Amino acid sequence: MARKLPATDVVIVGLGWTGSILAHELAGSGLNIVAIERGPWRDTATDFPPAYAQDELRYHIRHDLFLRPAQLTMTVRNSVNETALPMRSWGSFMPPNGVGGGGVHWNAETWRFLPSDFQMKTHLTERYGEKFLPADMTIQDWGITYDELEPYYDKFEYLCGTSGKAGNIRGLVQVGGNPFEGARARQYPTPPQKQPYGPTLFAQAANEMGYKPFPQPSGNLSQAYTNPLGVTLGSCTYCGFCEWFGCGNYSKASPQTTILPVLVRQPNFEARTQCEVLKVNLDDSRKRAAGVTYVDTSGNELEQPADLVLLCAFQLFNVHLLLISGIGKPYDPRANEGVIGRNYSYQVTSSVDAFFDDKIFNPFIASGAIGMCIDEFNGDNFDHGPHGFVGGGYMGAVQTNGRPLQTTTRTPKGTPRWGLEWKEAVAKNYLSSYEAVTHGGCCSYRDAYCDLDPNYTDRLGRKLMRITFDFHENELKMSQYLTDRLAEVVQKMGPRQFEKKPRTGPYDSRIYQTTHTCGGAIMGADPKSSALNRYLQSWDISNLFVLGATAFPQNAGYNPTDTVGALAYWASDAIINQYLKNPGPLVRT
Amino acid sequence: MITSTPQLSSPDHTGSDIAQPSRLRSGIRRRELMLTTAMTLLFSTSSVLAGVVQGGLPWEPDAGAPPTAVTPGPWMYFTADEGAAIEALVDRLIPPDPQTPGGKDAGCAVFIDRQLAGPYGSAEALYMRGPFADGTPQQGDQSPLTPAVRYRKALAALDKYCRTTYAGKSFTEIPDSEKDKVLSGLEKDQVQLEGASGRAFFELLLQNTQEGFFADPVYGGNRNMVGWKMIGYPGARYDYREWVERHNERYPLPPVGISGRPEWVRKAD
Repeated sequence: MARKLPATDVVIVGLGWTGSILAHELAGSGLNIVAIERGPWRDTATDFPPAYAQDELRYHIRHDLFLRPAQLTMTVRNSVNETALPMRSWGSFMPPNGVGGGGVHWNAETWRFLPSDFQMKTHLTERYGEKFLPADMTIQDWGITYDELEPYYDKFEYLCGTSGKAGNIRGLVQVGGNPFEGARARQYPTPPQKQPYGPTLFAQAANEMGYKPFPQPSGNLSQAYTNPLGVTLGSCTYCGFCEWFGCGNYSKASPQTTILPVLVRQPNFEARTQCEVLKVNLDDSRKRAAGVTYVDTSGNELEQPADLVLLCAFQLFNVHLLLISGIGKPYDPRANEGVIGRNYSYQVTSSVDAFFDDKIFNPFIASGAIGMCIDEFNGDNFDHGPHGFVGGGYMGAVQTNGRPLQTTTRTPKGTPRWGLEWKEAVAKNYLSSYEAVTHGGCCSYRDAYCDLDPNYTDRLGRKLMRITFDFHENELKMSQYLTDRLAEVVQKMGPRQFEKKPRTGPYDSRIYQTTHTCGGAIMGADPKSSALNRYLQSWDISNLFVLGATAFPQNAGYNPTDTVGALAYWASDAIINQYLKNPGPLVRT
Repeated sequence: MITSTPQLSSPDHTGSDIAQPSRLRSGIRRRELMLTTAMTLLFSTSSVLAGVVQGGLPWEPDAGAPPTAVTPGPWMYFTADEGAAIEALVDRLIPPDPQTPGGKDAGCAVFIDRQLAGPYGSAEALYMRGPFADGTPQQGDQSPLTPAVRYRKALAALDKYCRTTYAGKSFTEIPDSEKDKVLSGLEKDQVQLEGASGRAFFELLLQNTQEGFFADPVYGGNRNMVGWKMIGYPGARYDYREWVERHNERYPLPPVGISGRPEWVRKAD
């Protein structure tokens, strides 16, 4: 039996990017805020000091900063005809844990989605006709436009100090930026990062082919920057330990480096760490959230009543908590009804490996978000009519790291995996090979979804969440097309040989791709096909908001964090300026 | 209730009577101090305490969790025979050449031994609840056995295979060419081990051997940074700002590890 604690105004589940943003914005309204975080407190000086933060084995291979599957995992299968089995160790994605969440160990690639991405269904139907889309594709419009979200993208980027070059300022295309991006109100807060050799060669080749290469927008800063909260970040040193690692240099945008030093000083805010929320409680009417129940490390169950509940956990765990708590109608793929678990989606990446004789790339001189990219083949920036698929992605030379365990796997085709020949190939190719990448979107489908698993439970007896997911023909065609286009640019860079590695099916949960899982409680205009309204408010429970990529109806061909951050500011604006003045549904049905 | 005019609650409104978790502004760091290894689980023991953070960042001196350096000495997990077999195995997966030592002299066997003796070997972080069933390859490893147990079983089965196939000789006693045949057979699933999957063992061993060759030397492998020197990786350096735009030039500085360079460190007696 849970012990009931005194009520608070707001309870936040998870203190990563979205929890930190919401807490900081709402703290200004004077409300009492309790953030409950499953993992430990983490700060730069203590937890990722430069003395030992550059440890590939500990952080990348042994997953030191991530959630342990022993604590909570999920089951996975490719189709409804299979029995799902648990992910006993992490593979294709890396669920975060601890204060700062995924913001601690991301690569900091800070992209906006395209304006047409937010009206994907309408846009594609108008341009190509409804029959162009596969019958089982369940893409939707977001219920929000790019123009509405633009001020909140701006706010998140100025919180982070994002380093980049604008491609479109108030409708005027800027030379050297991404000409395809939506109009932004102003330049990036800081100039682009410097580019090493590989991205420079890629940009030259792309230019010669008539493309418009531009520097990838980076949350690893090109110079020191003081954000509007008064927190200062340092200049990135290109150490090449970004994704999977905490930044020991205060130069990667994270909750630690942008918000938490200010947030924790608010007298009306408190964080409870190492406390795992078990469920959201509803009151007797089942129309209103009463708070949450959580368990601390001694196994004590505690009930925290609150007037407003904000689910700010990682996407997968937001969906899990909704299913466990019995909030909203669970999605049923057979009937195509229900909303919780619906439109689970992912990201479709691919690469081209190139091997050179006369080049030294120094791959270890890296940042998680440097690189030169092109956007000609993203979203609907090109005519899909002749190709028979929709969607796209950016591509480029993105030099994230030269860590040996991750990058010595790059050897020419036919190289043995061990022995003298392997050793020779690794020694020869480490400095002189290069991997260029594509980063494609992923549409949503009727048979890709999340529900509760019938067979497996966590250590506390809760049912695990079950993921049913596979890549569809549309995405595999897209990946082949993007990879072919990328290979043309890579070939122009002059390698002795190169190898295309398009994404192929089936979806393989063992192989790391991205941690860009999304959907499962999506935003939209219709409560029959979405769990949340356009303000990320639950259609069913008006004092419950669900943040994060959980709300994406499908995934665009970009990294999600900028959009996750923008939606967090968008939702907090709606809570402060609409909800608190008149608590209740912000969209009437 | 949240009303149209939000009010600050009284100071006692939130959590003031919480006994557990207590307001561990000092205790929140205790978890780190009580870690015996970097990989100790953060949730399953009572030494890892929930905490409350309020009013300021909960920083304390010396609260971090640096890695525990591997010390030389006898096997910690392997028996003498197992250790000898592993040394022979890693030296075929990564053989010595005139420029660079092989897996044995690089410390790969010591690395694997220390890893298996710790939380990695006992699968402490992994989901190990049943039911255990074989699924599709893409559903991932479903073995109920920990890495440490897998090594023990597979090494015993490998020994039996070798003694049966090579007139009573162990893996360490057969010629290198035959060792390679055995490894190749395991890799291609052509050599069957009794009571263990030869192919799965090969994959685990290859992964761990390469980890030992390229991980920071603090973990017992990559001795004298031979793996890093072989490829030209400068190790755990932290500032390349002056070098980002020096294109197509070889970076001149030698590697450093978490504990500095080998010659800086006092050798263990």
